[in-house]
Amino acid sequence: MIKITTSDRYNITPLRSLMTNVFSLMAGLLVVGIIFLVAGVNPFYAISKIFLGSFGSFYGFKETLTKAIPLILIGAGLTLAFRAKFWNIGAEGQLLMGAIFSTWTGLTFGDTLPPYFIVPLMFLAGFIGGALWGIIPAILKIKYSINEVISTLMLNYICAEFLTMLIVGPWKGSTRFGFPGTDNLPEAAILGVIPGSRIHYSTLILAIICAIILCVVIYKTRFGYEARVVGENPDAGKYAGIDFLKTSMILMAVSGGLAGFAGVGEIAGIHHYLGYPASVSSGYGFTAIIVAWLAKLNPLYAIVSGIFFAGILVGGDAIQISLGLPAATVEIVNGTLLFFLIMGDYFLNHTLNIRFSTK
Amino acid sequence: MEEIIISTLQRTMIAGTPLLLATTGEIICERSGILNLGVEGVMAVGAVVAFIVTMTTGQPWLGVLAAMAAGMTISIIHAFASITLQANQVVSGLALTMLGLGLSGMLGKPYVGKPLTIKMNDLAIPYLSDIPYIGKILFFQSPFFYLAIFLALAAWFLLERTLLGIQIRSTGENPRATETQGVNVFLIRYFSVIIGGGFSALAGAHLSISYSKSWIEGMTAGRGWIAIALTIFALWNPGRAIWAAFLFGGIFVVQYLMQPLGISPNFLSMLPYIATLLILLLISLKDPKKLNAPAMLSAPYNRGER
Repeated sequence: MIKITTSDRYNITPLRSLMTNVFSLMAGLLVVGIIFLVAGVNPFYAISKIFLGSFGSFYGFKETLTKAIPLILIGAGLTLAFRAKFWNIGAEGQLLMGAIFSTWTGLTFGDTLPPYFIVPLMFLAGFIGGALWGIIPAILKIKYSINEVISTLMLNYICAEFLTMLIVGPWKGSTRFGFPGTDNLPEAAILGVIPGSRIHYSTLILAIICAIILCVVIYKTRFGYEARVVGENPDAGKYAGIDFLKTSMILMAVSGGLAGFAGVGEIAGIHHYLGYPASVSSGYGFTAIIVAWLAKLNPLYAIVSGIFFAGILVGGDAIQISLGLPAATVEIVNGTLLFFLIMGDYFLNHTLNIRFSTK
Repeated sequence: MEEIIISTLQRTMIAGTPLLLATTGEIICERSGILNLGVEGVMAVGAVVAFIVTMTTGQPWLGVLAAMAAGMTISIIHAFASITLQANQVVSGLALTMLGLGLSGMLGKPYVGKPLTIKMNDLAIPYLSDIPYIGKILFFQSPFFYLAIFLALAAWFLLERTLLGIQIRSTGENPRATETQGVNVFLIRYFSVIIGGGFSALAGAHLSISYSKSWIEGMTAGRGWIAIALTIFALWNPGRAIWAAFLFGGIFVVQYLMQPLGISPNFLSMLPYIATLLILLLISLKDPKKLNAPAMLSAPYNRGER
């Protein structure tokens, strides 16, 4: 008979943590392969195609870096919120709100202000838009004890409808031939790209700077410490006199604001106008949840895990075209990998003792 | 005018049906102490499986059974992660939603836009359906409507009047004390999560084979999340869930009623989501102690820990 018991593990080294993640991802990919097999697709071909399509070619890697920009920004912001156990599922809406605010700024002032002035102004507007949309659930949670998962999700839907209302109605551009969408942003409001790619470098640099600053904030400042206490030991936090409302509002302003930055990047760097919500963001707000989790809630690691999951998005597009798979395939990969990442945590925190007895 | 009121109320009942089914399932699940945020994904899987099986076999009830089986099966993943491996239930539920939406999109791709020719006929209850006004609204409806009401009442009976119900509730309140009474907490929680998944899938089946009779990706349109909010609004009581769900069904229908008034359709589409927030706000103005949330909701249970 086989008897399996578990006991807690206390000596968790960074290497073991990393290896657990690597093994979890590999186990997850194995299951994804099985799903491909059942769907009648050669799993080795499909999975190798995902990684070759994203990291295997120069063109693919440029696309990967482009899609990594919003994922790093949002993922880094989510690490802060998740550390405080504030489950912000609303990054998608916060991104859209950032896009709305920055589009308005760009269209209104883009013709009269020089680029070095209008671009920072758009980023500021985008941050404010995302932050405002993020602060609402913080107030709702602390003052009215409304579950933030539900409120952030509802705000996603509300923002998407609001955006659509704008682009089919008052904001519909005269150059769109009656199709929904605003006019193109003026030249001065458009972000520069690395020649031959779509990488809007100013947002990429901003994302990396934000991740570094956030890392310092979480580990080296009083605010970061308070945010962690709110998440890990709220009772102790109350006795220590931490202002939960203030802390939650600030961390959600940052988390939402970074998603707002991502919205600015998508509009000013890629699309150059505000279109349908599904075209502004291809689910970055949700994918970034996995980015934050894979990063073990460390914003610096979110840079690496953001690039990894951007690769899965790009590779997913590649197999969609070459194997005729539906767009939802990427969601299967994402969902499966997230499951294996959280299940892997168990084996990081526990040791299994397997005993064979003759009884 | 009379016609409009009757047809509005009729449609309210239809629109509330999937919400009631999913809410009832989530109540059972949360009463055992497990938060399942996978409702939206499981609902999508239920919708697509019911549609495919009904279309290929021509048997709607076979489609319903297949959907429930699929929903229960996929929910085991969440049960395993959150019960056995004590994983974070919020993240695990989100993963289930992603997986469910993804799988439904993949499975349903060849069926997008195809109409369902096999109809699940509305069921007239003899005599009762002849009552003026009320008869047409309450007793001449999709079979799912009766099923949803029956299951909600059955769930109330289960939770409030049976031994198993007491075990489910006490597992959600105090798993350690429950375990000392010789109840297998893990088993109770697995049972509750899996039953909840079956209910969510049933809600999806209603959407695809009775409500819209077609499949498109994302047809669940956030109903799963609204069901999670309704669980709170119903104060974890399936009896209250009945009127909560139909109140929300009404909000879904009001959208269509107000369209001719020249209000932006996008603004009207926001209504159910705004209403969800408003209703949670309303609830929170009550005394939080009277909210009656299961004490150990979303807290993992570890047998060895003391």
